Amino acid sequence: MAEAQATARVGLDGVVALCGLCLLAAAPPVLEHLQADYLLPTLTRMLAYGLAAAALDLVLGYGGLVSFGHGAFLGTGAYVAGALLQHASRGTPVLAWPIMVPGSTEALVILPAAAAVAGILAFLIGAISLRTRGVHFIMITLAFAQLVYFLVLAVPEYGGTDGLMLSARWRLAGLPVRGDAPRYWIALVLLVLFLLAARRAMEARYGLALRGARQNERRLLALGYPVYAIRLLAFTASGACTGLAGALLADVAMFVSPDLLSWQRSGELIIMVVLGGQGTLIGPVVGAFTLLALEEELSALTEHWMLVLGPILLLCVLLFRRGIWGQVIGAAYPG
Amino acid sequence: MDPSLLLEQTLNGLTLGVMLFLLAAGLTLIFGVMDVINLAHGSLYMAGAFASAAVTARTGSFAAGVLAGIAVGAAFALVLELALIRRLYARAHLDQVLATFAVILIANETVKILFGPQPIFAAPPPALAGSVELLPGVPYPAYRLVIIAVGLLAALFLWWLIGRTRLGMLIRAGTTHRCMVQALGVNIEVLFAFVFAIGGALAGLAGAMAGPILAVQVGMGEQILILAFVVVVIGGLGSVRGAFLAALLVGLTDTMSRALLPSLMRDLLPPAAADQVAANLGSVAVYLLMAVVLAVRPRGLFPAHG
Amino acid sequence: MLRTPGEPVLEARGLTRRFGSLVAVSEVSLDLLPGECHAVIGPNGAGKSTLIGLIAGELVPDAGTVLLGGEDVGRLDPAARARRGLGRTFQIAELCLEFSVRRNVLLAVQPRFAGPFHFLRRAERLSQLAAHVDAALVSAGLIDRADLPAATLSHGERRQLELAVVLASRPRVLLLDEPAAGLGPSETEALANRLAALKGRFAMLLVEHDMDTVFRLADRITVLAEGRVIASGLPEDIRADRTVREAYLGEMVDA
Repeated sequence: MAEAQATARVGLDGVVALCGLCLLAAAPPVLEHLQADYLLPTLTRMLAYGLAAAALDLVLGYGGLVSFGHGAFLGTGAYVAGALLQHASRGTPVLAWPIMVPGSTEALVILPAAAAVAGILAFLIGAISLRTRGVHFIMITLAFAQLVYFLVLAVPEYGGTDGLMLSARWRLAGLPVRGDAPRYWIALVLLVLFLLAARRAMEARYGLALRGARQNERRLLALGYPVYAIRLLAFTASGACTGLAGALLADVAMFVSPDLLSWQRSGELIIMVVLGGQGTLIGPVVGAFTLLALEEELSALTEHWMLVLGPILLLCVLLFRRGIWGQVIGAAYPG
Repeated sequence: MDPSLLLEQTLNGLTLGVMLFLLAAGLTLIFGVMDVINLAHGSLYMAGAFASAAVTARTGSFAAGVLAGIAVGAAFALVLELALIRRLYARAHLDQVLATFAVILIANETVKILFGPQPIFAAPPPALAGSVELLPGVPYPAYRLVIIAVGLLAALFLWWLIGRTRLGMLIRAGTTHRCMVQALGVNIEVLFAFVFAIGGALAGLAGAMAGPILAVQVGMGEQILILAFVVVVIGGLGSVRGAFLAALLVGLTDTMSRALLPSLMRDLLPPAAADQVAANLGSVAVYLLMAVVLAVRPRGLFPAHG
Repeated sequence: MLRTPGEPVLEARGLTRRFGSLVAVSEVSLDLLPGECHAVIGPNGAGKSTLIGLIAGELVPDAGTVLLGGEDVGRLDPAARARRGLGRTFQIAELCLEFSVRRNVLLAVQPRFAGPFHFLRRAERLSQLAAHVDAALVSAGLIDRADLPAATLSHGERRQLELAVVLASRPRVLLLDEPAAGLGPSETEALANRLAALKGRFAMLLVEHDMDTVFRLADRITVLAEGRVIASGLPEDIRADRTVREAYLGEMVDA
């Protein structure tokens, strides 16, 4: 009977998610019909943040590791994309030494590059941070993100605190990407691919080990699981996919802001995950849409919208711990 | 670097160091005794700074301003503990992070409404506005020397409080043997509230003292909070002694790297770019220090928990 | 002394561990032969938990080392020792409480077939794993609760599950840290029966307070007091040993 319930629950979860996907897929033509396609860049931004939040969920929800430094990976992805585009349009190399790295406007180069650099950074930060636990881990990931923030600001070529204005946009497989709709599709496809892959991985042997280590590290160690390596892999993959989201943000805005690297951004990513429902992958995407929409609406309403957002957040923490998605599908926080 | 400049930068480093200590001491105690991460600790510091600036401007007395800063810091901390943090002791660290993050948003926006977004520049009291000639031909602002003195006095006070009083005994026991304190039949709630109030008072004091040397503005708490986190991590969570040494280490590292890098950079880069690069790389030095310490000792220099 | 033939599968050599000024374990040496049940007893504070921690690798000794199947594992972490065949239960059953009973066993079975770095196929759908998991659940008598979260199990059932988890990982050596603690008389009886059935198949190091269980299962007994070995030998010798009676058994028997 428990098995039947479980299937039913998965079913509801799947049905709602599928409806959501249909809505998202229908958005470009519908908005165009309503002559509201100026909204598409905003939706693309939401998709990118959804990707970042879902990537953070791997670490936060499934791994139980509170990373307060994911803004660093988001920003790194954005700056990698920005630098490649900028140098390509100027015809200068990104790096002349120790190896020659030319600029690029090809999305098929930029996206993997953003993910790779962010992933390497996440590997290095994770390798040190994961030796610690709890509050230590939170503070250390926060501090490392600050380190990256100041390092990037120190590079005068990339605009310092003013950010980096981009004059070129990327091409896909050599073809120009014209208009907002194709950008939206790229973001949607990447998000859906990530969700499918991550969902699979979390139900496979690797995912069970990662989730088991969150519930009882001692048991997993006593069974011989290399818990540190398992977590480091999750942290690295999460950082890489967050970097991918950063690259999407850079292209859609044609601007890279150092704010992406800031600790506030790291905090907002955590809020998205918890608001939507941690450990559910889809929840964080819902959380990203909700938080960004809330920000947009509230800031149009009042200059002091933080004064509204703060209490909402407090209420969520104190009362709605399962998050929006958790409430919708009625699932307890999964193991 | 010539000796007089070295002396000046060392003193600047100590100034930053004792300010960081005032914040980090509260943070590390709150963590050590209650196992709570409080992001809003920087908001206590900001509240202290604004209260102090406002009262000083109103009364003309700097001392009254400092007392107001301490009082507001302690009161704010108490309210925070009673109204919110108390509900979070048993919760996951994630919930504590989110809830205190929300407090930051609320506190910053409230201060913006009350005082406006522009920074306030507070002046040091007239008696301390001048300079002291430390060595012949090496003047140093008297006010900064007072900050160092106040910081060292606060450290001494904490050393006495924690090492020599019954309350301190309970605090020490709380950081290492939590169950034992409960077994002693101590009213844990009162102890926790008291530790919070001490932390708030120290943060308020730091804010009040910082007014005349830094701009009093919204968001000032978070800049220093993150440095204070670095101090706490390097010193070892829960260790006040570790926080003291780490605070001085971080203060000196930060100041020295900022002082040394520009001249180095000017040899390599055009002057305008050199300053930007140096200013930001100077900030990086502290975090590199943390990374190195952690790579060698993951629990910091003086971990309080066995 | 009766010795089953063969080299020891587990050996502790001169293990010493201090906490501050307290010497919790002092130069403790003992060995465990294949298929043997070796019990470690001693009054509270004798250093039994510290000894288990040192053998499992959760604590680092100040002196001495541990050999597993002849290999020096003294510098390895708990996971590495587990991969070399050291399985253990804890004083309070350590389980993944949010996972179902089945998943807890699955976690123990899957490392036998491959490491954890498999991302594609749903772990539960792997038939080669499922058969082993079901077999383990049947023999633990938990098959009808397989799909409930482990958190819903009673204290005694959690112990059963933990033992099933450890057995499913097919260890060479079984460390049992007070398996009967907190169990009622009938549960203790059932546990002793289950352990008796395992005798000879696994080498067991049993730390236990319940003397009936110890004397029923143990082939050899080592007695710790104040961190030192005060006696070691066959159960009947230990029962007759005067120092042991004075240090420990006497009070237990009288009580």
